[in-house]
Amino acid sequence: MTTSDPNKPSRLDPDPVPRRDFLGLASMWAAGTTFLFAAVGSLRLPKAAVLSSPSRKYRVALPDNLPEGAPFVPPGRSVAIFRDKQGVYAISTICTHLGCIVKPSPTGFDCPCHGSKFHPDGTVLKGPAPTALVWRKVTVDGALCIVDEDAKVPPGTKV
Amino acid sequence: MVATKPPPEKKPAIRRFLENLRTTPKQVRDTALRGGKPNTDRTRSTFVFGNVFLHLHPVRTHRWSLKWATTWGLGIASFAAFLITLITGVLLMFYYKPHVEVAYDSIKDIAFVVPTGNFIRNIHRWAANLMVVTVILHMARAFYTAAYRAPREFNWLIGMALLVLTLGLSFTGYLLPWDQLAYWAITIGANIAQSPREVTDALGMTDAFDPGGLQKLLLLGSDTVGEEALIRFYLLHVMILPLALVGVLSVHFWRIRKDGGLVRPKDADQRLGPVAAADYPVFTEAPKKTYQLAAVVRGKSGAVGRGPENTVPSMPHLFYAELAVTMLTIALCVGLAMLSDAPLKELANPQVPENPAKAPWYFLGLQELVAYSAFMGGVGIPAIVLLGLGLIPYLDREKEGTGEWFGGPGGKRLVLQAACVGFASAIAIEWFSIKNGWLREWFPNIKQLWITAVNPGTVLTAIYALYSLWLVKKYDSTRSGALGLFTCFLCGFVVLTVVGTYFRGPNWDFYWSPADWPVH
Ligand code: HEM
Ligand code: FES
Repeated sequence: MTTSDPNKPSRLDPDPVPRRDFLGLASMWAAGTTFLFAAVGSLRLPKAAVLSSPSRKYRVALPDNLPEGAPFVPPGRSVAIFRDKQGVYAISTICTHLGCIVKPSPTGFDCPCHGSKFHPDGTVLKGPAPTALVWRKVTVDGALCIVDEDAKVPPGTKV
Repeated sequence: MVATKPPPEKKPAIRRFLENLRTTPKQVRDTALRGGKPNTDRTRSTFVFGNVFLHLHPVRTHRWSLKWATTWGLGIASFAAFLITLITGVLLMFYYKPHVEVAYDSIKDIAFVVPTGNFIRNIHRWAANLMVVTVILHMARAFYTAAYRAPREFNWLIGMALLVLTLGLSFTGYLLPWDQLAYWAITIGANIAQSPREVTDALGMTDAFDPGGLQKLLLLGSDTVGEEALIRFYLLHVMILPLALVGVLSVHFWRIRKDGGLVRPKDADQRLGPVAAADYPVFTEAPKKTYQLAAVVRGKSGAVGRGPENTVPSMPHLFYAELAVTMLTIALCVGLAMLSDAPLKELANPQVPENPAKAPWYFLGLQELVAYSAFMGGVGIPAIVLLGLGLIPYLDREKEGTGEWFGGPGGKRLVLQAACVGFASAIAIEWFSIKNGWLREWFPNIKQLWITAVNPGTVLTAIYALYSLWLVKKYDSTRSGALGLFTCFLCGFVVLTVVGTYFRGPNWDFYWSPADWPVH
């Protein structure tokens, strides 16, 4: 090897950029910031503004002979509707753990995925679900009910 | 006029034409190879650096790198598996249609109608699974031979990016068949992405700050798994992730060369002994010119300042070894593809979850943890593990044992002991929680935040961390701690994965065998 003294600057190692090279540093930072913003900004496109999911507000007719406190799950929907003396109410069947569909059971609701169990009013009895099942908004419209699966109501709301 | 020599006798053009035609195949071969047949030291070198695909390799390879026990061929096997998925994947794209109405049918067509369709699909599946296995083993090899140390620290980080990309490729591919298995695995996966809500909800700040919701929205393009999700996963699977992987992989390979080839012990040359005469010893002819170019390149480069005695030409030694590993990988994938079909369940049904709904096998260890806390199992602990892995090269800067299997204070004995600790504590924790339940069963009204903080996953992580801290103290070495921790996590991963795969049935209950599952 030719250049042997490590302390002597070699002509192969250019002088380091002086720190006060203000314009140089400013343009480096400007370029860096630009790239960062461009990267974050390009994530704006995949963040959908309008969700493609169909409206989850719909009318259903409860079966006339629905026993008190028995669940009625409209086909293709993820909500269980009940009728008792105080009125009609709807509890979401989407597990609050990781989104599986819970099954109404004699003791409330059971989730098949990681074994969460819920009380008939939606509160957690067992398993990994962190929160109670959500109550959905129901309005009674003559003989029909209007369920809004996008609207939350406080547990215990019956109409 | 100056008298000129008579021109050399010229053959008639038609003769030359015929002669050229006759020698054309040989000419084509010679021009393709540039340097001619690789049968001398020099042509062997040009064979490597004159070829765009081969020139990522060095011209000569150290004999230590060629020993099976140095790498077990695991890096090349990962690469071969990747190439297989690339080729079979492109073939599958001829028929696959990423639309919820037809995706399932197109896979069925591939499985039942398309000529060799089922075979190609099977190979694709098996190669993808094999790649996950070999990448993990390759990482373990790099770890146990302490190959992450200077100057290879950064390549270890590059390797971790490759691990994440490999898992991402497998996971995005899982959704494409749009069957029950796919639909529910991805539903669970997307909700895991959303699980930081478990913490933000508990702190009551989700309305203001919701990283979980944002992640899920970016992943699915919607609030449920549907058309938007399918097209996104498709795009990630066939375009973004493969391109990213190829890019990162190029850096990985390039760095291996620039970091001076594969890691080897300091005394590798003595241990190997002299090169056999048949292995083309170096520089049979003394070089006629000397160049000072080496002085321009400072720092670590290929062979600066190192004797070339123990290297052999990469062609044929390295390339034949690589070819052998590739052939073995292909044989394994083809064999497995003939023995076992890739699964295809019923068409996805968003109303009826699979029971049990299982993620791909390499995520079942995490699913085991997710069954206590979605956030810890799905986000917290994976983040801790990745962070821990990434810090290894920067926390362990010792020199002892570099390039040796299980090198470092404690060595093989320590690793065996750590394996016992790792297996025993994972099995004990699983056994305890399966038998006795966990906090929610004992205190039904407990706050979720408690379970997020204290669950089998975090307890196990804490045990492992304490054990390796103790090792650091006992051996007075950071490498010993790293050996213990890595081994423990590997064992924990195996235990959790096996339990999740074989011993979990409907409702994620424990069963000794699927034969005991209740009928429903
Ligand atoms: C797509 C995945 C990957 C591929 C195709 C790949 C490929 C390779 C290849 C072919 C080598 C040469 C030596 C050998 O065959 O072992 C290598 C070396 C290396 N790899 Fe990877 N790798 C991958 C992922 C990883 C991961 C996940 C890590 C660790 C986090 C890693 C860390 C390393 C290191 C540190 C070396 C240098 C080893 C040494 O100097 O002995 N790689 N890789
Ligand atoms: S999704 Fe219901 S318990 Fe996990």
